[in-house]
Amino acid sequence: MVDIAIVDYGMGNLRSVQQAVRKVAPEAGVSVTDDAKVIADAKRVIFPGQGAMRDCMRELDARGLRQAVLDAARNKPFLGICIGLQMLFEHSAEGDVPGLAVLPGEVVRFAHDLKDAQGNKLKVPHMGWNQVHHAEHVLWNGIPQDARFYFVHSYYVQPSDTGLVQATSDYPQPFVCAAARDNLFAVQFHPEKSAAAGLQLLQNFINWNPA
Amino acid sequence: MLAKRIIPCLDVTAGRVVKGVSFVELRDAGDPVEIARRYDDQGADELTFLDITASSDDRSIIFHIIEKVAEQVFIPLTVGGGVREVQDVRNLLNAGADKVSINTSAVVNPQLVADAAGRYGSQCIVVAIDAKQVAPGKWEVFTHGGRKATGLDAVEWAKNMQTLGAGEILLTSMDQDGQKRGFDLALTRAVTDALEIPVIASGGVGNLQHLADGVKLGGADAVLAASIFHFGEYTVQQAKRYMAQQGIEVRL
Repeated sequence: MVDIAIVDYGMGNLRSVQQAVRKVAPEAGVSVTDDAKVIADAKRVIFPGQGAMRDCMRELDARGLRQAVLDAARNKPFLGICIGLQMLFEHSAEGDVPGLAVLPGEVVRFAHDLKDAQGNKLKVPHMGWNQVHHAEHVLWNGIPQDARFYFVHSYYVQPSDTGLVQATSDYPQPFVCAAARDNLFAVQFHPEKSAAAGLQLLQNFINWNPA
Repeated sequence: MLAKRIIPCLDVTAGRVVKGVSFVELRDAGDPVEIARRYDDQGADELTFLDITASSDDRSIIFHIIEKVAEQVFIPLTVGGGVREVQDVRNLLNAGADKVSINTSAVVNPQLVADAAGRYGSQCIVVAIDAKQVAPGKWEVFTHGGRKATGLDAVEWAKNMQTLGAGEILLTSMDQDGQKRGFDLALTRAVTDALEIPVIASGGVGNLQHLADGVKLGGADAVLAASIFHFGEYTVQQAKRYMAQQGIEVRL
């Protein structure tokens, strides 16, 4: 049995996530895995994701991992990252695909022709370090309000239950960049690439024992 | 709000960081892993590694370097140089790169950009463009480290790459590179205004005002520099404080 399973469904590069987890939990058994049994047995699960939502959903199903992910999202400490956040929702405008529907709400795209307060064009993807305004949750322990995390995405989640929102960021309008419920926590940014703040969040996840 | 990024660039050959003037006259700047750690400590927002090893030389060195850096540095790492096929992209990502930069091969085989973006996502595909002014308000794309003219218009080429799936453009002015006179601001502005994806300005930084100008006048989303950081003239932190004083949003 491993301490932490990082779900590998063939989309993108999980080495960064693995390295960052190793850094904060050198003693933990960490497995990058596409084995449903390993995911089911793990104490904690990290669900990353990169690329297009349609491809991610297809590859997850192609490996027969949907049920293992759904189960983990309901019964053990679970951390979604980037598309791993978006896939938890009911539907994505990216490719008009249904998600895993663990959380209620939609995934929508940033508008075209966004501008900042000075009238400068804002690019999409939203790429780089943005400030995170966070709520109270143990996963934010030791992370200052408005700390910067590294983002790269063109779509963002709109939970239909505002009680799920754990953080927002601004581009230029506020958008949800973290959602949580019970044993589940998921973020739009990349903690594994967000220097000290990101490592702190991963550390908090490793130490997290939700009721 | 989103911060403008400062990206130190490490040109690597034979396991060492080097820096030249207008793509020639290389000067040794040190060990890449050590330098990467130093820039991370100074608050660099990302790091870019360009493997400038001649194609016949051993390319495996860069993989070892990236593996070592990725174990210690938890910010985005971009790696470019010699990327010719999707398998090269895969190998670099597996070594620990977060983004792969494609330059000459994008011109030789534009489908590579589409294939790589389709397979690994646009977020990890950077297209590097080396451009040279050929007439007022007109720039041409050069390849092979700046030696070969392509006849392609830089602005049109950048738009083309965005359409094919590039997530970001790394734009280097060959006229300015290594000259320490500042970015080609007109080039930067022309490309960034034509695109929806982020543009990294590169080539020519000699002082901190040049970095600020790249953002304020050139409209760049990120600024890349090498020698001003390598040879200890400025730290990344100094650069950020300077930019913040000019009203630019940065990660301090």
